[in-house]
Amino acid sequence: MSTPTRAFQSLRLKNVGRSFGGQDALVGLDLTIRQGEFIALLGPSGCGKSTALNCLAGLLPLTHGEIFIDDQRVDLLPAEKRDFGMVFQNYALFPHLTVEKNIAFGLEMRKIPKVEIKRRVADAIALVKLEQHATKLPGQLSGGQQQRVAIARAVVVEPRLVLMDEPLSNLDAKLRLEMRTEIRRLHQSLGLTTLYVTHDQEEALSMADRLVVLREGRVQQIGTPAELHNHPANWHVADFMGYRNLVDLKVTAVNGSAVTVGAPGFTLRGTAAQPVTVGENVRVAIRPEDLVVVSPAVPAHAGNSVTATVSVVEYHGREFAVGVTGPDGRNLHVRADHAPDIGSVVELTADPARVLVFAADLLGPSTLSVEERELLEVRT
Amino acid sequence: MSAPTAPGRARTRSTASLRHRLAERGVDKSLWMLVPALFFALALFIYPFSYGIGLTFQPSPAMQEKWGAGAFSNYVGFFKDSFVFDSVWLTMRLALPVALFNVLASVPMAFKLRRRFRGKKLLTTLLVLPITLGTVLTAQGLLIFAGRQGWLNRFLIQIGVIDQPLALVNNYLGVVFSLVISGFPFAFLLISSYLSGIDPSIEAAAKTMGANWVQRFRRVILPLLAPGLATTFILTFVLAFSVFPSARLVGDAMGSTRVMSLMAFRAFGEQNDYPMASTIAVMTGVVELVVIALVLLWRSSMYKGSTGGKG
Repeated sequence: MSTPTRAFQSLRLKNVGRSFGGQDALVGLDLTIRQGEFIALLGPSGCGKSTALNCLAGLLPLTHGEIFIDDQRVDLLPAEKRDFGMVFQNYALFPHLTVEKNIAFGLEMRKIPKVEIKRRVADAIALVKLEQHATKLPGQLSGGQQQRVAIARAVVVEPRLVLMDEPLSNLDAKLRLEMRTEIRRLHQSLGLTTLYVTHDQEEALSMADRLVVLREGRVQQIGTPAELHNHPANWHVADFMGYRNLVDLKVTAVNGSAVTVGAPGFTLRGTAAQPVTVGENVRVAIRPEDLVVVSPAVPAHAGNSVTATVSVVEYHGREFAVGVTGPDGRNLHVRADHAPDIGSVVELTADPARVLVFAADLLGPSTLSVEERELLEVRT
Repeated sequence: MSAPTAPGRARTRSTASLRHRLAERGVDKSLWMLVPALFFALALFIYPFSYGIGLTFQPSPAMQEKWGAGAFSNYVGFFKDSFVFDSVWLTMRLALPVALFNVLASVPMAFKLRRRFRGKKLLTTLLVLPITLGTVLTAQGLLIFAGRQGWLNRFLIQIGVIDQPLALVNNYLGVVFSLVISGFPFAFLLISSYLSGIDPSIEAAAKTMGANWVQRFRRVILPLLAPGLATTFILTFVLAFSVFPSARLVGDAMGSTRVMSLMAFRAFGEQNDYPMASTIAVMTGVVELVVIALVLLWRSSMYKGSTGGKG
């Protein structure tokens, strides 16, 4: 298939918001999507990501803001005139139409000549490898096959924008991994601009060019996977990016970005991810992979160690995931290169650069000034 | 669901006890729960029904003499006596348009009431309320409201829209109104429930694919709703076809609304001809079955599976 005929430079969401009966589901979403980009909207359930997607698709009217494609305002267009393709969480295939006819539906609506419809449907079916199932009804297909039909149906019309609403959440783990690669491959071969909604950070990190993290309807951070992974803007984003150990501590010393934090009984050296002052209550985020059990092969980072009691050991193949109880009774998730005995006391260590110190209060980019937000936007 | 044995593989003989094997086929103690229903079906339906069919083949001497076809005199009489046979057409003329109207008017209503809005409960209640009114109450209301001296006619004459009262009752129209009042709530409730069984995201998908509302309705909603429409049509048609009280109370019982049940009652009550009354009743059922068969035939050509869309 060729590149989209109705290519655009950028799609801009300006201060987009949606409230349901006084409840804000989405507040002040500003986002610029460039042609061909793969953007993931990431957040826990109820964070407004599906609301954002439905607003963009035209299935929900906006209560605030505007959406532009280049200079054309699209938020006032009805869904059927927006020329977007959408993949639904429950696939939403037409149960009474065969796979072929499901895929042909959008083309027929666009009054494309029959011969071309036939060719493009065949191409799309080949693209998602469903040649043997072309004349079956959706009910006769497995979940993964139905998902592929839904994707083929959305991309066959070569829409200006493909919207995907948690398309993999109903599949089992193995199929999810396969389909993830499949979607990425499709995106790379078709070059279709895609907005992908998910609550799975791994999915978002592995597929998207840029991520938008939402919480309670507000943008927390926008950036590339690497940026979000290594420099989360606040502890909520860190939590979502796999920083499973979130510990509330007090700042005891600040020296530039190097921060010493502690609680009665232990201290830890870390790096300030947000400005903090001495005496402030902070939330410290460490990934399980960065908090390791000291062993002959893994020496402690100078002066950065804590003792803890082993409570759970899980075998993970190359390493062991260990659950420990810290000095003040807190549960921590750490890694070890050996299996420590349950109940034994171990020494934990972490690279100060990988111990991120956040303000305990959530101050996301939504509270930043407009200029700062624009800076975040262009930093790609 | 029974798992079909794969072809070419010998069926392994069950080693379970007889009781288990019977239970596998649905034969167990719970079958006793059917006894009360079976008793009533037998006593109140199967026996009287068979008895009635039997009666139709024992025509009265008068009928035998008039039509002279032995045991089949009643049936010959039914088809040859135009006074009786015309009632088939008269009943059909009432029941078909009423059933069609009830179904067709329910669809947009059910659509509108699918979404949540202020006053939805009140509107639904108002639409369904007529179910609770008996036919007699409906008829009386119609007579008082729409009769020659009724409120409606008096009002229209007073404001000068008409100068002769409109004939809205004691004729064909009166029965149509009465049947719509009692049949519409059924049709509306049924279609609402069928419509709510269609996953709204299917329609949303059609929308994002560029289908306007006409295309969405014709290509997506209608095929999925068709089995429900067929069932609803059948139910409201049968209700209307067996009309009796309103044909008498708000209709023209000896003229335009001389329906089959009135004819059966006439044979039974006025002529004391039980066999002929039974014959008319049986033929009413036959005509209904023919219509139902045609509708089901149409329905069998449509998609019948799930409308939820989930895998």
